[in-house]
Amino acid sequence: MTILAPVSPLGWPARAGRWVWRNLFGGVANTAVTLLILWLLVESVPGMVRWLVVDALWAPATAEQCLQGAGACWAFLQAKYRLILFGPYPYEEQWRPALAMLLFFAMVAATCFPHAFRLAARPRRLLGGWFATVALIAWLLRGGASLEPVEVRLWGGLPLTLILSVVGAFCAFWLAILLALGRRSAMPVVRWLSVAYIELIRGVPLIGLLFMAIVLFPLIVPPGVDVDKLARAQIAFILFFAAYMAEAIRGGLQAIPAGQYEAAAALGLGYWRTMRLVVLPQALRVVIPALVNIFIGAFKDTSLVLIIAMFDLLGSANAAKSDSTWWGLYVEAYLFVASIYLVFCALMSAYSQRLERRLGAGRG
Amino acid sequence: MASLSASPPGRAPASRWFNRRGVRRAFWQAVLALAVLAALAWLVGNVRQNLPRMGIQFGFDFLAQPAGFEVGENLIGFEPGQSIFRAYLAGMVNTIHVAVLGIILSTILAMLLALARLSPNWLLSRLAWAYVELFRNTPLLLQLLFLHITFAQVLPAPRLAWSPLPGVFLSNRGFMLPSLVVEPAHIWAAAAFGLGLVGTWWLQRRARRIQEATGIRPATGWGTAALLAGLPVAVFVAGGAPFALDLPVLGGFNFRGGHTMSPEFASILFGLVFYSAAFMAETMRAGILGVRRGQIDAAQSLGLGRLLTLRLVVMPQAMRIIVPPLTSQYLSLTKSSSLAVAVGYPDLMRVYTVVSADTGRPIECIAVVVAVYLTLSLLTALLMNAYNRRIALVER
Repeated sequence: MTILAPVSPLGWPARAGRWVWRNLFGGVANTAVTLLILWLLVESVPGMVRWLVVDALWAPATAEQCLQGAGACWAFLQAKYRLILFGPYPYEEQWRPALAMLLFFAMVAATCFPHAFRLAARPRRLLGGWFATVALIAWLLRGGASLEPVEVRLWGGLPLTLILSVVGAFCAFWLAILLALGRRSAMPVVRWLSVAYIELIRGVPLIGLLFMAIVLFPLIVPPGVDVDKLARAQIAFILFFAAYMAEAIRGGLQAIPAGQYEAAAALGLGYWRTMRLVVLPQALRVVIPALVNIFIGAFKDTSLVLIIAMFDLLGSANAAKSDSTWWGLYVEAYLFVASIYLVFCALMSAYSQRLERRLGAGRG
Repeated sequence: MASLSASPPGRAPASRWFNRRGVRRAFWQAVLALAVLAALAWLVGNVRQNLPRMGIQFGFDFLAQPAGFEVGENLIGFEPGQSIFRAYLAGMVNTIHVAVLGIILSTILAMLLALARLSPNWLLSRLAWAYVELFRNTPLLLQLLFLHITFAQVLPAPRLAWSPLPGVFLSNRGFMLPSLVVEPAHIWAAAAFGLGLVGTWWLQRRARRIQEATGIRPATGWGTAALLAGLPVAVFVAGGAPFALDLPVLGGFNFRGGHTMSPEFASILFGLVFYSAAFMAETMRAGILGVRRGQIDAAQSLGLGRLLTLRLVVMPQAMRIIVPPLTSQYLSLTKSSSLAVAVGYPDLMRVYTVVSADTGRPIECIAVVVAVYLTLSLLTALLMNAYNRRIALVER
């Protein structure tokens, strides 16, 4: 049986009129606010459109023309977009990180929407796909075996941002589970160590941890061992995100009623099997949205590697804008990078809200 | 039927000594503790091998040595030649300065944004939504760099400074604002206001006690107004009501007088405020929406007006939802202020980078920084937790 919405006797113009009346002009204050905002929009939007489109300069324009012109200088972005997207990666080889990212996005799409790819019932195939993709991406980026080898210090741009955040979040997740379980453990030594780790990391700014990774790392490894900058930064990110993820997972663990533990004990399950089969599957389900939010934060926070002179997406944009031929054009570069971050983060948070709704519906 | 009787024959005692829970727990804890100690010992051993090899000394004696660098703007009047300890102190005071101002301003902006988001006016709520999404979904560092370039390079030179209000000048040397010439009467008036606050608190407490005893709440409106507004104004007028503004005046290549906010300080402060307010606004909105509709209906059926409903029913319950996440947002603002290092404002982290390069004591330098941030974080957490305990739901 379908339930029909009550049909309004009014036609759509009248309904639209009523909506406008209610939402924009109901009451004196409301009307005043509406008029004020309309005035602001009329004042600002045409100017913005003129800058973005009408007066904007495209390809053959030079830097001088751009600096004298009144609009955005898209010629600058046309000249620099590959530097911004791929950083110092060798120009001729940039198809490789581009292909690697395409592969990665395809796998992400398949994982996020398994039904559309007929993979919902085949988690093994998905897992195998991921292993193959990761190997392929590593080969594409590093080179070797018929591809020109590319040193790690030349990696940059969006691929670097994605590596730092995705690898960081993936490794941090497993560490975070251990820390969250440790913080709720009945053994005092385990609990104290977990609490000390989590609170220590959460009390220090990320940039402090990155400085430590860069400056202190050579001091704390045995003489002769050398680890590249990317790996050092990566370790700092893993250690940092793990503390925050652990707190989110702890929230999920606290939401599991004691009856679940008792039921598992009654079935004769030991500690690890109780956690793996009963507690964690339920707890992690609850905290998926929180974990996605932490990941969004991680994605934005990887931009901090700019301060330790690595060329991630923001770092490359910064480098592009410092080019002396195009001196003074920074709005375009930052706008371009900001819109990439905006699209990624908005997509992720939309997906997280979708998950939240579906999980919420499933719980009822 | 003997086969049905209880215990199976010939089975070992239910638990051996090493199977007992307490023993096993003690064992694993000892193993973990030893592993952690061994790892630490290994790291310390590596450091002891590496330090002499790299020609680095260890010790905190460098804190007393004179500093060979400047700390741009600072509130405690640090100058080169004073001890490195004092340089750290200057950086720490700057960090606290930014963090406290940032927390106050972003809370105010977040309240306005949350109200705008909840407004029945569609345009206003969409506008606030766009603001929140834009600022939440781009990195703070990007916003900081953008603001810094805008403030330090794009704003005109002082001669051509842009003056949006009389006495306010925006230029690439910073924001020049009028400042109040402080007279003793101002301090007396501020003290009177403090006294008024204490008096109001006492008045409210007395009113509540009388209400609890008799059911009738004595009117406190006039008393509160007299204490909070009347008393300071009276003191101010009695002191001669001095009011003089020190206006910035263009002289030569820069402004003189007034209060100058450097482009670096302005970019870190406003960057933090714009970014954090977007997150706080969402927290506050969720808190207000989290109060059940029935609570508002119930309050109105008791005859409470709109303001009283908000003050006595909605806000106390919303605060319970808002305070814990808000605490962590205040903490993260404090820690994010370390990004000042990217725009060149001399906060603690910036002083660290300079000192570390200057003295070549990497471990000790970062240890000082970590200790300070940990202390600040724990102090903020303690304060907010105490407040949270006060407002939390008391369950029997």
